[in-house]
Amino acid sequence: MKPLRKLLDTLKPNFQKGGKLYFLHSVFDGFESFMFVPDHVTKRGTHIRDSIDLKRTMSMVIIALIPALLFGIFNVGVQYYLAQQKIIPGFEHISWKEIIPLIGFWKIFFYGLLKVLPIIIVSYVAGLGVEFTFAQIRGHSINEGFLVSGMLIPLVVPPDIPLWMVAVATVFAVIFGKEVFGGTGMNIMNPALLTRAFLFFAYPAQMSGDGVWIANKPDVISGATPMSLAAAGNTESLPSAMDMFLGFIPGSIGETSTLAILLGAVILLYTGIGSFRIMFSTVAGGLFMGWILNLVGANEYMLIPSWYHLIIGGFAFGAIFMATDPVSAAQTAKGKLIYGFLIGVFAVIIRVLNPAYPEGMMLAILFMNVMAPLIDHYIIQSHIRHRTKRALQLRNKLSVTS
Amino acid sequence: MTRIVKIKRGLNIKLKGEAEKQIEQISPVLFSIQPSEFRVFNPRLLVSEGDVVQAGTPLVHDKRDERILLTSPVSGKVSTVIRGEKRKLEHIIIESDQKNQSVDFRKVQPENADRQQITEHLLKSGLWPVIRQRPFSIIANPDEVPDAIFISGFDTAPLAPDMVFVMQQYDLDTFQSGIDVLKKLTSGNIHLNVHPKSGIPEMFLQTKNVQINQFYGLHPASNVGIQIHHIRPVIKGDVIWYIDPQDVVAIGKLFSKGALDRSKIFACTGSEFEKTYYFKTIACASVSGIVKNNLKQENARIISGNVLTGSTISKDGFLGFYDKVVTAIPEGNYFEFFGWAAPGLKKFSLSRTYFSWLFRNRSYRLDTNKHGELRAFVMTGEYEKVLPMDIMPVQLLKAIIVKDFELMEQLGIYEVAEEDFALCEVICTSKIESQSIVREGIDFMIKETN
Repeated sequence: MKPLRKLLDTLKPNFQKGGKLYFLHSVFDGFESFMFVPDHVTKRGTHIRDSIDLKRTMSMVIIALIPALLFGIFNVGVQYYLAQQKIIPGFEHISWKEIIPLIGFWKIFFYGLLKVLPIIIVSYVAGLGVEFTFAQIRGHSINEGFLVSGMLIPLVVPPDIPLWMVAVATVFAVIFGKEVFGGTGMNIMNPALLTRAFLFFAYPAQMSGDGVWIANKPDVISGATPMSLAAAGNTESLPSAMDMFLGFIPGSIGETSTLAILLGAVILLYTGIGSFRIMFSTVAGGLFMGWILNLVGANEYMLIPSWYHLIIGGFAFGAIFMATDPVSAAQTAKGKLIYGFLIGVFAVIIRVLNPAYPEGMMLAILFMNVMAPLIDHYIIQSHIRHRTKRALQLRNKLSVTS
Repeated sequence: MTRIVKIKRGLNIKLKGEAEKQIEQISPVLFSIQPSEFRVFNPRLLVSEGDVVQAGTPLVHDKRDERILLTSPVSGKVSTVIRGEKRKLEHIIIESDQKNQSVDFRKVQPENADRQQITEHLLKSGLWPVIRQRPFSIIANPDEVPDAIFISGFDTAPLAPDMVFVMQQYDLDTFQSGIDVLKKLTSGNIHLNVHPKSGIPEMFLQTKNVQINQFYGLHPASNVGIQIHHIRPVIKGDVIWYIDPQDVVAIGKLFSKGALDRSKIFACTGSEFEKTYYFKTIACASVSGIVKNNLKQENARIISGNVLTGSTISKDGFLGFYDKVVTAIPEGNYFEFFGWAAPGLKKFSLSRTYFSWLFRNRSYRLDTNKHGELRAFVMTGEYEKVLPMDIMPVQLLKAIIVKDFELMEQLGIYEVAEEDFALCEVICTSKIESQSIVREGIDFMIKETN
């Protein structure tokens, strides 16, 4: 890659202090360090460093998102063709197993790609645009944080969302969710979830109800998600647990397949990037609250098996990819357990007990994002008390033994 | 009463270029005392260029406590005094006459001397600074009585010298008399800590007047800070002293022979040296003889100390006062095309984000490239994996950054030194310089508590 390196070296002086294009130096640095790991060497402190950096970390998260993304693309196609097929008399009860051989895998996938790719592009262009602008104005280097947020956003919106809404919401979330706090690492709430929350409250018609989860849905077909079926007390017409686990159900693009999400979880945990504590405790919290509601059993929704909560709606996606965002989550080991558990509990409470919001995961995570520093504060306080106690104990032990 | 401590967290970094077990005697001409190595040491020069000195002749003293001296390690003459910015004293270079004559410090039987006499003897010879204290990892205050003295009898750092091999070169009596001297200085125990996995030097087991503690686990188990934390944690008001085993021998020699002899065994290690071996020479010696004609390539960094905590020196630089290793690793001043996206079969990482995790027992030839740029704290739970202390590392670092005195105290600033955070710095995704932050915190505490 010598020619490219040479080209960059000849261009570089223009972007350095005193150069004609100095005002674009952050952008240049961003591209340069994207293509070449810089030649920076350790100056003080340790002489060697781990090969990991934020670019590698973020690209691992993107790799972990790929199963959910690919499945999401495919499922958008499946749901579209299912809906188109169902209006034809005699095909009212056709299932995804029959539609795939009928239409053909690649045709279905291509339709989904046509729907999803523009959303991905818009999300990245809008978000990175804001990132670049802010980096430039502040004169700091471009952070990698949005590489993941930009992929998360398309996965948590309905396939039929107008592109301009994606752009507006992304810009809002990146500016007010992240940049005003000082950029990646400083934000209080997860920017991708903030995007979804913005859409949810600003454009409720496009973000909720039964009409938005299937691309170009014909009006006569019900596009109800398992969530809204359950919320309506219509638990008998829920799809089979296997369909919900595999993900052949209407819903946001990336959140339907628990299986694909679990694949991502394996990658995150194995590489050591995702927090097992948060994933585990979120699931535990959801199951626990589902079980409590089973005991209460006041309506149909409360009576669904508690593990159903893990495979419907955005629970799995939220637990694996959203709650584990290290910046907005609790940062202490014990704090992570409490944080995750409460996310699970609140998500199920909001789902089942609050008729206004069919999906509780988004709000539960955002709420706990805000609460995370408080949890950490109490964990740190208890750590301090414990530290002094431990020191005195060890000392007493020593004077006894010696 | 022996204690067994199992260190569960940590990381051993395997590097290429371990020293072969053979010892060469090396007699360099130049030696340098570098007052800037010592924290809170305000030097006043006592000699001038051309003065004839012997081993033990005072070169500088501390303006705040004139009893604390840095003395010449060898006999010869003061060849140059190098000052840096603002006339800061950087090097006092001594040209050795190869006779190694010492000032005559009389022989003293530790049993017959009181604490006062022993302290004075150590101070006068210039050996006092080998004794350091926690908190803060500074030269011990002669007026204080420490609650215990710690000796780390092993080294788990990358490419560290094998202490079993090193201690074989000394005799028990000298070591024992060093211990007897130290015993007079403390009201508590002398803790001699060993690591059965990497071998226990024979003489340690025969040493009297010490408490042997067994440590198990990975680096930083050999850091004295970790050991103190697990045996007798420091809280506000406590003072613990610590010293290297080879310096115990030097103290023993001072008392039994009446002469200052700071000769030590050093290891010459690292992937960029042609020949890696142990050598015997006097502390603060020039490394030019070791480095010359021994480098595989010119673009290498010479470090006095190990790759985690050592300091960069030039090819004709000097060994540090406390150091016992010289390391050479390749410089990393190159651009790597899409380095962050490569499969990375040969890239070292604690995480499994590169495929090098497939080869667990590989030794690496690591260079000084940072492999990324500085970022804000993003990942959590990383530092905890390599800091085996009951301390919240990130929270402590943040308390230091905002200079919250009380919080720093509560989170354990008295227990840590830079070296304890070295591994945190190595594995940090955001490339944060934890050791510099800790140093800043300690400097701040020293200023505030004095």
